[in-house]
Amino acid sequence: MGRYVLRRLLQFIPVFLGTTFLIYTMVWAVPGDPFAGKCGERPCPDAFVTVMTERFNLNDPLLVQYVKYLGQLLQGNFGETFSGVPVGQLIVDAYPTTVKLAVVALVIEAVIGISAGLLTGLRGRGFLDNLVLVSTLFLIAIPTFVTGYVLQILLGLRWGIIDPTVSSEAAWGELLVPGFVLGSLSMAYVARLTRTSIAENLRADYVRTAVAKGLPPRRVVGIHLLRNSVIPVITFMGTDLGALMGGAIVTEGVFNIRGIGGLLFRSILTKEGVTVTGVVTLLVIVYLLMNLLVDVLYAVLDPRIRYD
Amino acid sequence: MTEPTDAISSTTSRGAYAAATTEGRQRGLWSDAWRNLRRQPTFLISAGLILLVLVMAAFPQLFTSVDPTYGDLSRQRQLPSVDAWFGYDNQGADIYARVIYGTRASVVVGVLATAGTVLIGSTLGILAGYYGGWLDALMSRVADVFFGLPFVLGAIVILTTLNAPGSTPGPVRIVAQVVLSIALLSWPVAMRIMRAAVISAKQNDYVKAARALGASSRRIIFRHLLPNCLAPVLVYATIALGAFIGVEATLSFLGLGLRSPVVSWGVMISDARDYVRIAPHLLLFPAGFLTMTVLAFVMLGDAVREALDPKLR
Repeated sequence: MGRYVLRRLLQFIPVFLGTTFLIYTMVWAVPGDPFAGKCGERPCPDAFVTVMTERFNLNDPLLVQYVKYLGQLLQGNFGETFSGVPVGQLIVDAYPTTVKLAVVALVIEAVIGISAGLLTGLRGRGFLDNLVLVSTLFLIAIPTFVTGYVLQILLGLRWGIIDPTVSSEAAWGELLVPGFVLGSLSMAYVARLTRTSIAENLRADYVRTAVAKGLPPRRVVGIHLLRNSVIPVITFMGTDLGALMGGAIVTEGVFNIRGIGGLLFRSILTKEGVTVTGVVTLLVIVYLLMNLLVDVLYAVLDPRIRYD
Repeated sequence: MTEPTDAISSTTSRGAYAAATTEGRQRGLWSDAWRNLRRQPTFLISAGLILLVLVMAAFPQLFTSVDPTYGDLSRQRQLPSVDAWFGYDNQGADIYARVIYGTRASVVVGVLATAGTVLIGSTLGILAGYYGGWLDALMSRVADVFFGLPFVLGAIVILTTLNAPGSTPGPVRIVAQVVLSIALLSWPVAMRIMRAAVISAKQNDYVKAARALGASSRRIIFRHLLPNCLAPVLVYATIALGAFIGVEATLSFLGLGLRSPVVSWGVMISDARDYVRIAPHLLLFPAGFLTMTVLAFVMLGDAVREALDPKLR
């Protein structure tokens, strides 16, 4: 196992390089003058352009620019924006909020999704099954921003149960509703994946054996059935955390949460390439670590899967 | 299961060939599935709904004679009435006509993006899962690179890169770009699902038996692995189809996807977002059609999965 983890960590290197290079190329290859609109309602003075071109190595070929950027990054320097704000500071301000939001969303989707999937998978066709299927369909069909606005209006403005917007501290309790909105789509996926998986494994020989041995139903379901059935669900949720953090743009916009989603959206539109690359790099690292965690969990959950 | 072939299986040449050469042999998987499907009410209902949606997408003028882009501000946000079944939107345009005409863009984006995603993802997934080794390592890393990019962000970056700010690309170009960005960013999901299914199916006895009998890799992939591994990808694809139509709406919402004068459900939903409190019908009807379409596709996917997966019978 140790050797496997080490090998996976080594495999991170090409993926890390590939993703950062991809995003660097896409951001800096955006057609148009990088200094357009940077100096208000007039063209930038030559002195400014010269300094900035020098600072961001804009005269070098793209590959050289990227290598220089990477060299700085590896020393822990995320660079600074055109106006001189260190990107590292922007990230430190925004990151914890988004991580919190994504974790809340993940927990909500796991608890509700797996329970709903388990219940319907065990019961088979019937009223409850149809109810869950239809409600997951609604969650899938309605875009996040609609769910967000509707909950914000109903719970926040009409009934006054929650604050319509999240304060800048972003306490855990405040993030419950935004987390639900963010995780609602994935919750539907989790419920359906669990249901499919449970229904399939319910007829497996090992379940029949476990029942025949006279094990109590709780143990058959909890140890034998669930452990085997959550493997695809765990894959999904592991890869989902990164997606949740990146997809938080809309939820953060609706609930006015100061996270990296909004930071990124503004940076892309104002062509702050350094900020975009830095934040996406962090998101990619989170994603890679979650993938590793998922693969290691496979072996723990299912001893038939071995890495050696 | 052992009766001679009938008209249905002769539609698939391989099944017909197999049945003709060895009489009494089991029918092909897909023709067998088709026989099962025809008796399922959920399949019939969803197929009917999908057919309706497709007809709406292809021939909107069959359903309404009102111009969906004509607006009259004097009837702004009027409630549903006999004249306009679904009422009027913020520009005073007929919502019923807009919903009907909006079907095309939404369905085209959803279907093309799903087809692209599944095709790329499952091809690469089956190759990676079956051959393993360096091919698997390489593909998985490439998939990681694309999947590591957060979905909405990746789409935003791609769409802003493809369209310089201030440009006004035509509707066809925008649709192509939206489809491209969705497929490019979501194929790794389909690939990972397919790869996981193939890896677990590969260790089954029937694959080992086939290999021991001297079956070629090509035969094992197409006859044994593909039918046994397709179910999870199909389930994903049907759900993804709905999600992609929602993604199209999200991109419109952020001002990057389709936009007026193109009529689509996504554009309508994002137009309605500021008026939900005072005029919920602006949101209700496009969202309802969206939900109905997704419902149809997911029901279809479920029925197909059950028919295809021999383990569930």
